[in-house]
Amino acid sequence: MLDLVTDTATDTAHTAPPQVPLIEARGLCKSYDRRKMILDGIDLEITKGERIALIGSNGSGKSTLLKSLIGLHSISGGSLRCFGDPVSAQSSRAQRLNMRRQTGFVFQKHCLVRRRSVLSNVIHGLFGEPGSWRAFSHSLASRDWRERAMQALADVDLADKAMDRADMLSGGQQQRVAIARALVRRPRLLIADEPAASLDPVSGQNVMNLFTQLCQTHAITLIYTSHDMAHAVDHADRVVALKHGKILFDRPASRVTRAHLQDTFDG
Amino acid sequence: MVDPRQTAPGRFTGFSPINFVLLVALGAMILASMGQVSPTPQQLVDGVPGMVNLVGRMLPPNTEPAFLARIGVRILETFQIALVGAAIGILLSLPIAWCAARKVSPLGRGHVVVKAFVSFLRTVPDLVWALLFVASIGLGAVAGTMTIMVDTVGFCGRFFAEAMEDAEKEPQEALSAIGAGKGSILVGAILPDIMPSLINSSLFALEKAVRSSVVLGLVGAGGIGQELKVAFDLFQYQNASMIILAIFLIVMVMEVMTDKLRAYIQ
Repeated sequence: MLDLVTDTATDTAHTAPPQVPLIEARGLCKSYDRRKMILDGIDLEITKGERIALIGSNGSGKSTLLKSLIGLHSISGGSLRCFGDPVSAQSSRAQRLNMRRQTGFVFQKHCLVRRRSVLSNVIHGLFGEPGSWRAFSHSLASRDWRERAMQALADVDLADKAMDRADMLSGGQQQRVAIARALVRRPRLLIADEPAASLDPVSGQNVMNLFTQLCQTHAITLIYTSHDMAHAVDHADRVVALKHGKILFDRPASRVTRAHLQDTFDG
Repeated sequence: MVDPRQTAPGRFTGFSPINFVLLVALGAMILASMGQVSPTPQQLVDGVPGMVNLVGRMLPPNTEPAFLARIGVRILETFQIALVGAAIGILLSLPIAWCAARKVSPLGRGHVVVKAFVSFLRTVPDLVWALLFVASIGLGAVAGTMTIMVDTVGFCGRFFAEAMEDAEKEPQEALSAIGAGKGSILVGAILPDIMPSLINSSLFALEKAVRSSVVLGLVGAGGIGQELKVAFDLFQYQNASMIILAIFLIVMVMEVMTDKLRAYIQ
């Protein structure tokens, strides 16, 4: 473990550009029951435009870290800054809303409203914006919102499906709609929790390619979790491995070896 | 040789002595009640001539044009009571159900109070509500409409709330993560998901409202029931039989219409 920490420091010094971190966690801890630490002293810096893959076995704390980073889960200890603002249980609703406005989410299950049109689902991404009651349906949305939603659908190559019902699309297409829903907010940060896990290998690969391309085009920072090592290594700039709530290693994707992965998933 | 660990469990495993005692007590209560309130064969035999006599006096139903016109107006009024009462009741049920639904309610744990209120509305029978409204508002259709409204809130409030509690959770979590408030989650994720269930419950509520509105007149709350009461009170059995046919017709028409609507929606 000790040599891995040293290794991390070396990698960071080698790759980190001199930028203000978009997310900065210091000694971050999270416990649900005050007995077992799900996250135990996480130090992590993420700068603008980076693509970070979080890997680790089930229960290692990946999803908890993902949700804690943007204030969806309150932290139990340490400090956390997101977009330069401190994130804590005391953060005001306005601060939390501001944070969420700059963040797009994509979940393992696409989480679309099945009976609504694809376009309405994408416009749902604007809930939380001022006047968001109009995000209920594409029919009520402003012209600007409708145009943004159509652009987001075009970005994921589904503009021609705008008026189809969400549950009429394939799993891969539904996940692309979920990505469009995240993009319509014009986020600075995109969080994806195992976005390809429920898809077949080809659809999963397509979704990951789409993420890479969109994040490069729109200069979005991407943090995603994955159990697929090819997805982690091929589509991320950095791979952060978690084990028992601690960071096992944090290094450029190009320098992750089979031995590192073995360490990550060994009991 | 069967392994003793693989033999089937006893036939009455899980059927505890307490369950047995409760079952016996229930059976005894039913038998005791039957002795007190169910008709004896002799009573049934004695009642047949009376019933035949009554049916004979009811036939043929009164088909005088003036009477039919009066019945037509009353039928229309009955339908209006049912329709307006159910429509307002369904609209009121939506926010009430939202407040009563667990984990969805904007009131948090206060949802229990709203749920108890809805249960109270449901447990009081519609005829009792009608008596209360006739006493407070006065005789006529308005009391009937109020009764149907309260009855519909009791019925739809419960079913809408249950549908909201059972709505798919993932879209709600997705909108919550985006920063959507409880109201936005309701209109954006919950209502679209439960719409078929809402429409179904609303159609059942409408059917129930039509059936209820027919009898509300018996206590003076307007509608065709009032004519039926007058007909029986004045021994005008041919009028009564015509009214019963009209009631049968309106309930049937309503059921056919709602069945067709349900089939269309699904």
